Amino acid sequence: MTATAPQMRILIIEDDRESADYLVKAFREVGYIADLASDGEEGLSMAETGDYDVLVVDRMLPKRDGLSLIGSLRDKGNRTPVLILSALGQVDDRIKGLRAGGDDYLPKPYSFAELLARVEVLSRRNVGPAEETTYKVGDLELDRLSHRVARGKDELTLQPREFRLLEYLMKHAGQVVTRTMLLENVWDYHFDPQTNVIDVHISRLRSKIDKGFERPLLHTIRGAGYMIRDGIR
Amino acid sequence: MTAFGKLIRTTAFRLTLVYLFLFALFAASLLAYFAWNTRRLITEQITTTVNVEIGEITSIYNRRGLHGLLTTMGNRALRPGANLYLLTAPNGQALAGNVGSLAPGVMSVQGWSETAYRRIDDQDKTDHRALVRVAEMDNGFRLLVGRDLEERRRLFGIVAKAAQWSILVVVVLGIGGGIFVARRVLHRIDAMTGTTRRIMAGDLSGRLPVGRSGDELDRLAENLNAMLERIEALMTGLKEVSDNIAHDLKTPLTRLRNRAEEALARSGSEADYRAALERTIEESDGLIRTFNALLMIARAESGQARGNMDDFDGADVANGIHELYEPLAEDDGMTLQVKTAPSPVHGNRELISQAVANLVENAIKYGKPDAGVEPMKADAREILIEARREGDQVLLSVTDHGPGIPEGDRKHAVERFVRLEASRTLPGSGLGLSLASAVATLHGGELRLGDAHPGLVATLVLPARAGGSDRLAAQTQDVPQKAA
Repeated sequence: MTATAPQMRILIIEDDRESADYLVKAFREVGYIADLASDGEEGLSMAETGDYDVLVVDRMLPKRDGLSLIGSLRDKGNRTPVLILSALGQVDDRIKGLRAGGDDYLPKPYSFAELLARVEVLSRRNVGPAEETTYKVGDLELDRLSHRVARGKDELTLQPREFRLLEYLMKHAGQVVTRTMLLENVWDYHFDPQTNVIDVHISRLRSKIDKGFERPLLHTIRGAGYMIRDGIR
Repeated sequence: MTAFGKLIRTTAFRLTLVYLFLFALFAASLLAYFAWNTRRLITEQITTTVNVEIGEITSIYNRRGLHGLLTTMGNRALRPGANLYLLTAPNGQALAGNVGSLAPGVMSVQGWSETAYRRIDDQDKTDHRALVRVAEMDNGFRLLVGRDLEERRRLFGIVAKAAQWSILVVVVLGIGGGIFVARRVLHRIDAMTGTTRRIMAGDLSGRLPVGRSGDELDRLAENLNAMLERIEALMTGLKEVSDNIAHDLKTPLTRLRNRAEEALARSGSEADYRAALERTIEESDGLIRTFNALLMIARAESGQARGNMDDFDGADVANGIHELYEPLAEDDGMTLQVKTAPSPVHGNRELISQAVANLVENAIKYGKPDAGVEPMKADAREILIEARREGDQVLLSVTDHGPGIPEGDRKHAVERFVRLEASRTLPGSGLGLSLASAVATLHGGELRLGDAHPGLVATLVLPARAGGSDRLAAQTQDVPQKAA
């Protein structure tokens, strides 16, 4: 996040004191405003009154559980993006969470890098060029309608999957995208491969869009994932 | 609760009481119908007899006059078991007959009536009842002919007694039968209860007694035994898993701890600490992955994932996984091929995808040909993902040409955390095949490991979706039509 951007406001609704404090501290360290609610009722009233960009909601909360909290927010027309944190990490739980009105679902334990990347993608402040038909990063251009990709004057030939991978990365240009996010959004798999299967796809894509060009656009963010952006870090 | 209290509380006994009541009601109404009909029949008979006699007597009077009438009545009245006769003058004086006394006013009413009476020659001074008809003759004389109702009364008594007895017998037999049945059931239920108590107390090897009659209780017992069998297997599995977890997770945890300790002890540069911390995170990520895989297996085995099943084509899964893993295989010097035919299945797509992914990962990791094997076949570095239908089964198989798994080890290889000797040095949790197997079991299928001469062919055998073949076949037929 650049210094000039308005600070992102995050509400964390989590009853476990230790992980809640850790999250608040970590979000503040990256320059966000992070508030904390420690039960479902408090969380609901804070979410309704405060103007937050993203809510991070634990699924199991005292007084009112996470899914019912989201349901009641949505019933009142509050569309604030919600990321659900849950110890129940399986496919059906994820589907239940998303059905209840959550926008993303992250099973515990998670890495903060993963959470941060997802929160940034979710945030309303960072609504990217979602509806645009062409994405542009530096001299790389992707046309979503004609499926053409060009870097500078060179036309690039991408496989369909490579195209979708690049499309997702460019939609979230300037944001960190994790391997799991790619697997979920580009391949629609929600399991956890034991191997670095995504890295191989990325390196193939990289060889097509960055190889032979002076300025790399597809960056690896250590310990987190990938990011496409113009300019040096 | 007393033994008797328990007995009368059984369903069998209560049902018996209900039936008993119904049967008693039935018997009573049957007897009542019988009694009523008999009574009607007797009354009819009396009426007919009396009418005939009045006719006869009247005609005698018409032919032979009063004298003849008196003689005839005297004769008839003296016959043994005779009917009742009485002839009165218009002033009410009795002229002939065998009736001593009547209820007052009977003679003044013409037609039928029921009355109390006494015969002239009656020894006992008790009243009897009779059904009588009074007819007036043209000279003002009145003639009464009637018949005693004793017969009817006696018959009624017999029926009433029969009713009493039959109801008594029904009740006694019913209660007796009820107690017998209830005791039999109770006895068997008690035996079952005893066994379940033992099982609850922790002895999971206990089984319910199954009789030979094959009745509903036996079937229940058989089903409960099957359930117990499954519970025992699950418990044993769980115990094995927790033992294995304890053992297999301890190792990486120890490693983790040692590294952290080592990094602390060696006061190195910031870069050293950073590297150590990164390694720590990597290691814990691996641990988390292992836990996730374990949870997933547990889910699949407990059948909880059944909620998310839908219809899809196994060929799509094979193609999807091929697309995902093809670059990885190539980087590893292998080629990943896919061959698909319509394979309709009903299941959890996510889990089946993961199972196939695990098989492919295994093939990439362990399916490299042995360097020593000569001559090396041309396709030795090829891995083939295949989806096809065979009868009512769908086969999703992954074939490699590596060293394979010796036949004796195959069953063992599917167990959790088992990593065969050859693979010990490679990274992995040892859960891939277990998950694939659990997924197959969840769908009512199995994981088959076979020999690819050389190599391993791992096949997920799933039940094909019924009726799915026609639709898919129709789809494939459509394609050439469109092309033409």
